[in-house]
Amino acid sequence: MKSSRGVVVTRYVVLILLAALFLLPFYVLLRNAFSTQQEMASAQWQWIPDNLTWDNLRALFANDSVRMGRSLINSAVVAVVQTVGTVAISAMAGYGLARIDNRLAKIILGMTLLTLMVPAAVTFIPSFVMVSTLGWISTLRGLIIPVLFSAFATFLFRQYFMGFPKELEEAAFIDGAGYWRTFWRVVMPNTYGICAAIGTITFIGSWNAFLWPLLIGQDRDFRTVQVALSQFMTSQRINLPQLFVGAAVAIFPVLMVFIFLQRYLVQGVERSGID
Amino acid sequence: MTSLAAQLRGRQDRNIWFWVFVGPFFVGLLIFVYIPIVWSVYLSFFDARNTVTPTKFVGLSNYIYLLRDPAFLTSMGTFTVFAAFIVPVTFAGSLGLALLVNRIKVAQAFFRSAFFLPTACSYVIAAMIWRLSFFNGARFGLMNTMLRSLGFENVNWLGGGNYFYWVVLVTLRLWLQVGFYMILFIAGLQRIPTDTYEAAAIDGAVGWKVFRYITFPQLRATSVAVMLLLLISAFQAFDEFYNTLISVGGYPPFARPPLVYLYLISLGGGTQDLGLGSAGTIILTLVIAVVGLAQLRISALGSREERS
Repeated sequence: MKSSRGVVVTRYVVLILLAALFLLPFYVLLRNAFSTQQEMASAQWQWIPDNLTWDNLRALFANDSVRMGRSLINSAVVAVVQTVGTVAISAMAGYGLARIDNRLAKIILGMTLLTLMVPAAVTFIPSFVMVSTLGWISTLRGLIIPVLFSAFATFLFRQYFMGFPKELEEAAFIDGAGYWRTFWRVVMPNTYGICAAIGTITFIGSWNAFLWPLLIGQDRDFRTVQVALSQFMTSQRINLPQLFVGAAVAIFPVLMVFIFLQRYLVQGVERSGID
Repeated sequence: MTSLAAQLRGRQDRNIWFWVFVGPFFVGLLIFVYIPIVWSVYLSFFDARNTVTPTKFVGLSNYIYLLRDPAFLTSMGTFTVFAAFIVPVTFAGSLGLALLVNRIKVAQAFFRSAFFLPTACSYVIAAMIWRLSFFNGARFGLMNTMLRSLGFENVNWLGGGNYFYWVVLVTLRLWLQVGFYMILFIAGLQRIPTDTYEAAAIDGAVGWKVFRYITFPQLRATSVAVMLLLLISAFQAFDEFYNTLISVGGYPPFARPPLVYLYLISLGGGTQDLGLGSAGTIILTLVIAVVGLAQLRISALGSREERS
């Protein structure tokens, strides 16, 4: 189907306007991060601040009530461990369910699928009760371990391994390799794509998570960056430019993941919606 | 004899390896998903104020209390209003963007990325931009600046004296989520075989007719999935409500969707009533299950009619 010239031009005009609208919040975030307090609160909206300043960044990291450095470290540890852990645990479980015969495999798969029907956010009260019983409130363990067991990732890996060609593994078995070696040396190096897809989705979800870290990170030493920003935003000591420079710092890692691993992220999203 | 022993050992080996692979996940699933769910069913039948090991059995009274509690019913109403806006708007918006992006040849990757990028932003940061810059009730908010230049008065967007906070909440979630669903629709569009379009072109179908009779029916599976995901995620809305509306004085009395309300009565507020909170989460889970099943049922009926 060929479109007429006018239609094509209209289409692009609409797309450019929409893209500008979608990117506007990112621009405003940066604008605010480099403005001074007076400029931000001036009655006239300014698109470009008169004097760009790096002072906000320095002041933010020096602000002891926010603890930006500490919360960034917490977020990084949580996101990296959760991503690596989720991929490893779910890939192993998915492989076991797809490839190793066991009477209980069907039941475990059924229990996994059943939890997909129960929305995660709805279980926050009982999960919180569990974690507080274990004494894990305000610990990294409490932030990480309860969110490591993704029924969704396990199910995706299981589906993937069901369609994985058996020939590679058979060759490894003939060479005398057991399940463990076959999995890590032969299977995993060939599942790079799906690991990256599930990994990028897990990383962004973990970095941006709010409700669970809000419940668990009660002590200010165990706040993630999202919780720290949220509490700074609603505290009496709020400072707008510092707040926005904090947001710019906090959004940077996920933007990098988005820009460099977008291909895998798209795959992950596609799998998450349909299968 | 030896072969039987080898066979037995082989089976035993397989059993051991099965648990080595599946065990960590399964144990985690039991401890952090199944036990908490069972525990919360248990708690929901007890007076569990400020305790996780209650002793006073109260039967169904937590459930009865909630179903008569005006604040809980209002929160369900808040969800209904929110869903009534966000579900159709996001559905139409993501489908429209997918159709637009899918049709162009130059710079397709750029536009797709531009619409998908907000997915990487957290609700906390989006709420910050929305409440403090775009919809700031003071004069320097972007929307108020624009309204003034058109001759209108400043609007107090989030004050609660009006319903303008819905504009803030709906546009925020729309911006953040629409790209995610656009990706799903683009994937769906690309699965439609091109010869279907060629056949339609031969029959003289153009424009709206192609969409109505070819594209949209072929997107049925994607549409059902998107609807369901939209509804479930709207039901779980917490982050943007919390971060857009909470202030030094606490969460305002209006615009409390179910999760925010349950959070406030069970964990976030002064009263830590875990029994009531648990009963609430179970009611929500049942509602989601019923709505999900109903929607799948309706869409299954639709596709059967289509085939006959």
